[in-house]
Amino acid sequence: MELVVFVLAAAMILVGAVGVIVRSNPVHAALSLILTLFGVAVMFVAQNAHFLAAVQVIVYAGAIVVLFLFVIMLLGVDRTEDISSEPFKVQRPLAAIVGLGVIGLVVAAVVSSRDAIGTRGEGLNVADVVGDGDTNIKQLARSVFGDYVVAFEVTSVLLVVAVVGTVLLTRRIKSAGKDS
Amino acid sequence: MSLVAAATPTTTWYLILAAVLFGIGAVGVLVRRNPLVMFMCIELMLNAVNLSFVALAKKLGDIGGQTTVFFVMVVAAAEVVVGLGIIVSIMRRRPGATADDISAMKG
Amino acid sequence: MLDLIWLIPALPLLGFLINVVFGRILGEPKSGALAALMVGGSFVVTAAVFLDLISKPMEERHHVLTAFSWVPVGSLHVDLAFLADPLSITMALFVTGIGTLIHLYAIGYMHGDPKFSKFFIYLNLFVFSMLMLVMGENLLVTFLGWEGVGTCSYFLISFWHTRESAATAGKKAFVTNRVGDWGVMMGMFLAFGATGTLSYAGINHAAESGAISGVTATAIGLMLFIGACGKSAQLPLYIWLPDAMEGPTPVSALIHAATMVTAGVFLMTRVNPVLSIAYDWAPTIIAVVGVATALFAATIAVAQTDIKKVLAYSTVSQLGFMFLAVGSGAYVAAIFHMVTHAFFKALLFLGSGSVIHGMHHEQDMRKMGALRKLMPITAFTFIIGWLAIAGVPPFAGFWSKDEILLYAFAKSPILYVVGMITALLTAYYMTRQVIMVFFGEARWSDHSDEHGAHGDFKPHESPKIMLLPLVVLAGLSVVGGAMQLPFTKDLHFLEKWLEPVIEFGEADIHDTWAYDNKYILLLIAVIVAVSGILASVAVYAKKKIQPIEPALLADGWKYDKGITAFMGGPGRRAFDGVAWADRKIVDGAVNGVGRLVQGAGGFLRRTQTGAVRTYAAAVGLGVVALLVWFFLRGVVL
Repeated sequence: MELVVFVLAAAMILVGAVGVIVRSNPVHAALSLILTLFGVAVMFVAQNAHFLAAVQVIVYAGAIVVLFLFVIMLLGVDRTEDISSEPFKVQRPLAAIVGLGVIGLVVAAVVSSRDAIGTRGEGLNVADVVGDGDTNIKQLARSVFGDYVVAFEVTSVLLVVAVVGTVLLTRRIKSAGKDS
Repeated sequence: MSLVAAATPTTTWYLILAAVLFGIGAVGVLVRRNPLVMFMCIELMLNAVNLSFVALAKKLGDIGGQTTVFFVMVVAAAEVVVGLGIIVSIMRRRPGATADDISAMKG
Repeated sequence: MLDLIWLIPALPLLGFLINVVFGRILGEPKSGALAALMVGGSFVVTAAVFLDLISKPMEERHHVLTAFSWVPVGSLHVDLAFLADPLSITMALFVTGIGTLIHLYAIGYMHGDPKFSKFFIYLNLFVFSMLMLVMGENLLVTFLGWEGVGTCSYFLISFWHTRESAATAGKKAFVTNRVGDWGVMMGMFLAFGATGTLSYAGINHAAESGAISGVTATAIGLMLFIGACGKSAQLPLYIWLPDAMEGPTPVSALIHAATMVTAGVFLMTRVNPVLSIAYDWAPTIIAVVGVATALFAATIAVAQTDIKKVLAYSTVSQLGFMFLAVGSGAYVAAIFHMVTHAFFKALLFLGSGSVIHGMHHEQDMRKMGALRKLMPITAFTFIIGWLAIAGVPPFAGFWSKDEILLYAFAKSPILYVVGMITALLTAYYMTRQVIMVFFGEARWSDHSDEHGAHGDFKPHESPKIMLLPLVVLAGLSVVGGAMQLPFTKDLHFLEKWLEPVIEFGEADIHDTWAYDNKYILLLIAVIVAVSGILASVAVYAKKKIQPIEPALLADGWKYDKGITAFMGGPGRRAFDGVAWADRKIVDGAVNGVGRLVQGAGGFLRRTQTGAVRTYAAAVGLGVVALLVWFFLRGVVL
């Protein structure tokens, strides 16, 4: 059963990813991204990260990609990028090298060290075992608000700063003359 | 059924998948010229990383992996906000510009 | 008294400083009187020191006064120290004595000159430098004075610098001296390298005890001799002295007759132990150069028409005699001739200055004549100087020249013969000068048109302040020979006085034919001098024979022209070549580095494409490279 789930989710992920990089219309690319994100959410569930799967769908697919789409609409959608030409001739071969290199090396690393990974933590609380449906979220909350509370506070500040900054950044200055 | 159920996906499979996703994202950043699409490819890379963290959290039995993913998502959200703000303010001036056109830093 | 020897150079220095600050205010004649007073004071102190030294037994006549430690660097310790010993006091005596007389003379000669006080500034500075030179306890203090007198010589020669010939002559003197100074510096380096000290006591002691090898001693001696050739105007480097006559006559008298030009002889005498342990051919070279210069200059003097140029070449010639003495090991004779030469040459120069002054700055002898009656005292003293230089007994020049020729004969009869010919020529041209200036018909016509209409032009006698030094010097020229009469050992005052300084280097000629027959040689010298005079009288006074004054001699054997042509032609091309090498190679290398960096920068600049994607590609490649490295290092494995 797990295998089927894995294969399906993996297919979703890979098809979506390839779609993102191949589709010339940015809206199509955004939709492919949503497919990938859903695939990843499924994977999260399979790994006992229920809360994160929910957050993935709500925040990533639901907010971030929507934001992307807003901006695409704002800036004009009928412009499609010309995929076929590449002004820097060397760029595509380099990209191939980078891509294959990264994939190959990391895969090699992962495969060769698969026996080196052992258990080290106290274990994840699985709902079936503990009997509590919220156990994942509780454990995660304990970790965030316990061990990593400072990071939590800092990230909240970061969010505020990001929002304020972006509002300032995109403000149209009324008194300024025609921009060049 | 036994054939299908015989092989359970191990952590290694998830990690390999994450690596492939990451590679695809990297290629996308290098190849695409539309700034929005480049951003989306960066999101792909972030997701790949999230996936590997979660897989390792399960394998190692450490909730810290999931905590990390939590924070990564928050920061990714903030980053997208700011990044899109920048793209908007640039693209407003020059409609139809691609990443190659923003080359004022050319030496 | 010996502790006050620092006063000897300090007083002229004080005069220099006062005149620098207040000279313009003091004006004429007070600034001159102050300068003369300072040098006179210096003379008095020197005389007192002399008496003090004489009262001591011979071994103790050596006093060093250290002012301060000058150069304490590593293994080089040089003090600013003064040495009072027979040689330095002898030199100081006649430098300050004649200096005082010339200062007095200059007060009269420079009357009316707008730069009156400036003249005395330079004169005092010169006397200070000269005294540092002779009183120095080590080569570096001497070199300080050496350079100082060269500089003052430049200032004074080009004193009337608005005249282009004067400015050029000053530069020529300075540059030619510089060539010689290279020799002195090399000598100093070698001496320091060989003995580890620059003091005369140290070097001479090392030479006497055999610590210096013959090779080193020869090198030191010859290098210092090159310097002496520059300063004392010997054959390759004499060219500046005739041109130096552009300076005012007191300058010619003081610097280019009595004091600065003798510095070379002084230096050679100071290091006589080094010369005596050098290879035999080194002193021979010195003697040969000296006697050749003497003959060379004497031949040129025969054909000169400028009253001062005759005396200039005569000085070169007499200096040649002094070097002949040094080369023959006759240091006492060299110093003897130096002193007597100072007396009569200064006298002759001052006398010629008096003539020039009385003739309203006319210097061409062809326009003079019959001045005997109009300038009696000048004529009388000049004649005494003439007799002294011609070598007529009992005047001073005879005794000193004879002493030199005696030692020269002992070294080699050829040197003696050449010296004798030169003595003959000396008598000849000096007589020629006396006849042309003071006897014969008056060839001076009314040249009032050159000086603005005066009506009748008549040469006149000079003021008393100019005549006084003439009389004093004339007296000294008469009795000066008494220092070292050759008749008996008891009369060898100078030799006994200088013995502690020169005993190691002085040649011993007691067993030579020359010494045994010195009275014959004495007689020959008298005959030669008289025949020279008679020959000249026959040519110029009686007009029995035609004068032989070929243009070649008047032009100085075209030596000067030769040097100019060489420097202008091949010399200039060589200099241009060096300048080209500097521009292309040295500058090219430096600029080339700059261009290289620029080129590299231009090449590397192309990585800054401005496009984000290329930067991203670079980052990506870096990541891959890192991963490869980790993989290979086995961290992953």
